[in-house]
Amino acid sequence: MSYTVSFCLHAYNGSNRMGDRNEKTRRSAIIGGTLLRASIFFLILLSTFLTAAFTSAQDWVRTGSGLGVERVRLAVPDFRPSTNDAQNTALLKTFNDTFWNDLDNSGVVELVSKSFYPLQIPGQPAEVTFGLWNSPPPNAAMLAFGNLGVAAGKLTVQGWLYDVKNTASPQVLGKQYADVATEEAARVIAHKFADEIIFRLGGGIPGIAESRIFFVSDRTGHKEIWAMDYDGSNQRQLTHLASTSLSPRISPDGSRMAFSSLTKSGWEILMFSLDLNRTVNFQRFGGTNLSPAWSPDGTRLALSSSRGGNSEIYVCDANGGNLRRITTSRGPDVSPSWNRKTGAQIAFVSGSTGLPQVYTMEADGTNQQRMTDQGYAVSPNWSPNGQFLTLAWTRKYGPGEPGSSDIYLMDIASKQWVQLTHDGGRNDFPSWSPDGRHIVFQSHRSGKDEIWMMLADGTKLHQVTFTGSNTQPNWSWK
Amino acid sequence: MKAKTLKSVAIVVALAAVMMLGACHKKKAPAPPPPPPPAPSPTASISVSPDTIQKGQSATLTWETSNATDVSIDGIGAVQPSGSQSVSPADSITYHLAAKGAGGTQEATARLTVTQPPPPPPPVASGATEEDLFGQNVKDIYFDYDKSNVRPDQQASLQADAQFLTQHAGINFTIEGHCDERGSTEYNLALGDSRASAVKNALAALGISASRIKTISYGKEKPFCMESNEACWQQNRRGHFVYQK
Repeated sequence: MSYTVSFCLHAYNGSNRMGDRNEKTRRSAIIGGTLLRASIFFLILLSTFLTAAFTSAQDWVRTGSGLGVERVRLAVPDFRPSTNDAQNTALLKTFNDTFWNDLDNSGVVELVSKSFYPLQIPGQPAEVTFGLWNSPPPNAAMLAFGNLGVAAGKLTVQGWLYDVKNTASPQVLGKQYADVATEEAARVIAHKFADEIIFRLGGGIPGIAESRIFFVSDRTGHKEIWAMDYDGSNQRQLTHLASTSLSPRISPDGSRMAFSSLTKSGWEILMFSLDLNRTVNFQRFGGTNLSPAWSPDGTRLALSSSRGGNSEIYVCDANGGNLRRITTSRGPDVSPSWNRKTGAQIAFVSGSTGLPQVYTMEADGTNQQRMTDQGYAVSPNWSPNGQFLTLAWTRKYGPGEPGSSDIYLMDIASKQWVQLTHDGGRNDFPSWSPDGRHIVFQSHRSGKDEIWMMLADGTKLHQVTFTGSNTQPNWSWK
Repeated sequence: MKAKTLKSVAIVVALAAVMMLGACHKKKAPAPPPPPPPAPSPTASISVSPDTIQKGQSATLTWETSNATDVSIDGIGAVQPSGSQSVSPADSITYHLAAKGAGGTQEATARLTVTQPPPPPPPVASGATEEDLFGQNVKDIYFDYDKSNVRPDQQASLQADAQFLTQHAGINFTIEGHCDERGSTEYNLALGDSRASAVKNALAALGISASRIKTISYGKEKPFCMESNEACWQQNRRGHFVYQK
């Protein structure tokens, strides 16, 4: 049962001891097995007891939902202008909005509402009056502040993170950034400083503010692959094939993006170089080739190919060579996803028993395990810590069944699951953030397919794209 | 010869005498009452509906007369004073109605244009024609939800397709696998591939060379019907035949 506890943020758990956690999960699964379908709230209450009972003191874990655990109260007053340049106003707004948004979405801090802030906002360490911040109304534990200024076309940002309860030695972090004075630079600096703070307050796990999301958009009239910053800004078109391109998957090092595209000879895996900003040569396999997936070391791809007559999972080298089939089931096999921690297993979707279900297997195709017990289950995505799958699942499916496709989280060892989205229309293609705290997915809840994001416990749900139809998001590995 | 001529002359003279007598008698008879109003002139109208037909089709001729004793239509003959009749001429024709009565003769006409039917498809000769025949004869194969097996009620279509394709051995073609909008993009592409392959394999089992057949899956990327109901979904779950030029 404690999987709901351990699925996320091993905040101060420096050593990542997989064995301990599995043991814990097994024991609690036996105890809590009959309570599978209890509400999440109940699970979490129960898990608090189980955690207390079975875990040693140093194995402190945060719940992904933050329930029962106080997150750090962080005050983030707007940064102050440090020069009189005309560009300051616009760049300050970009910086402050981006910075606040990054911290607010991070899931590791609780931002103190700006309405509680004192009138005097510090831009420099000397201007901090601790008593105004460390006691109510703000009652903040931490304070992030700083200044931004443009001089001679150059942008300089100074930022500090203060532990305002520790007045004797308050500084946790002091940073200075310099770049050209552009909106883009202001946004990047905000991301970098936010990531520094999240790294320190979030248990040493790097933040995601500089990560990117690859997705499919039809806004040019064709389905092309696009990329954007994780917060939806800086959306840009990558492919210009004027065909139908689907299923973008970025390589672990971020240099190449594999995708599936309808070519003159059918559906083939194509490769786009982010360094060269164009598609590069890749082996054509023949048949219908879909859903490429990178192994975590970036040396291999898993994909679905019907070159042998039936859609099966194949594995090949990163250049398309050495292709070999690893499944032999009767129905269609598609949508592989590697165990991102070990690279030793692959999750995939198979229609071998009728409606598609999610399975796992060893990377050589042996030891297939069916993970989902009913309904229509697709689009598995393996978590960065190797412990969880997120998937799209319509548990009640078929004529007369008003089921909707929702995003679920499943503990792989126990096959226990939690539903993350509720009654929000068709949701599909979940993809983990690099820090394992967030899930991006496509949803029809606004009336058309758009990209949405949430914390891995289903909270902090928000829409990221708004133009055209946007689908199949894939989060970068770092 | 002479006797015959004489006899003819005698008959003519006698007839003339009779007619003159008769005429004289008739003219005299109605004398006493005031002279009758002159006999009203006949009226006549004729129409044809529709006024343009294709050869082989028929149209309805409708006419109406009044004050006429002798009504006839060219090409049809004497007819009732009013009436209608179905006609089916081979060529365009003008129907000419003559209504004769005491008050004179009235005429009316109606034109019926007969167009030649479009020429029948010329005998198999060019590739374009084979494409037409392909489009007319080869029926798509429909599938059940989430299934890729050719169901029993599609066997007749499949047999007919195989028969046509056997008779037209020069035709190469593509089978497109399509799915309805439900379900996930990637799985539907794989499912569409299975459907296209199922149709290909079924045709191959009926003797159609697999080398003539290409398959492609469109999943749910190219729906035939955009509504969200079962009728529409069934339209979208199919193996669709496309002629390969």
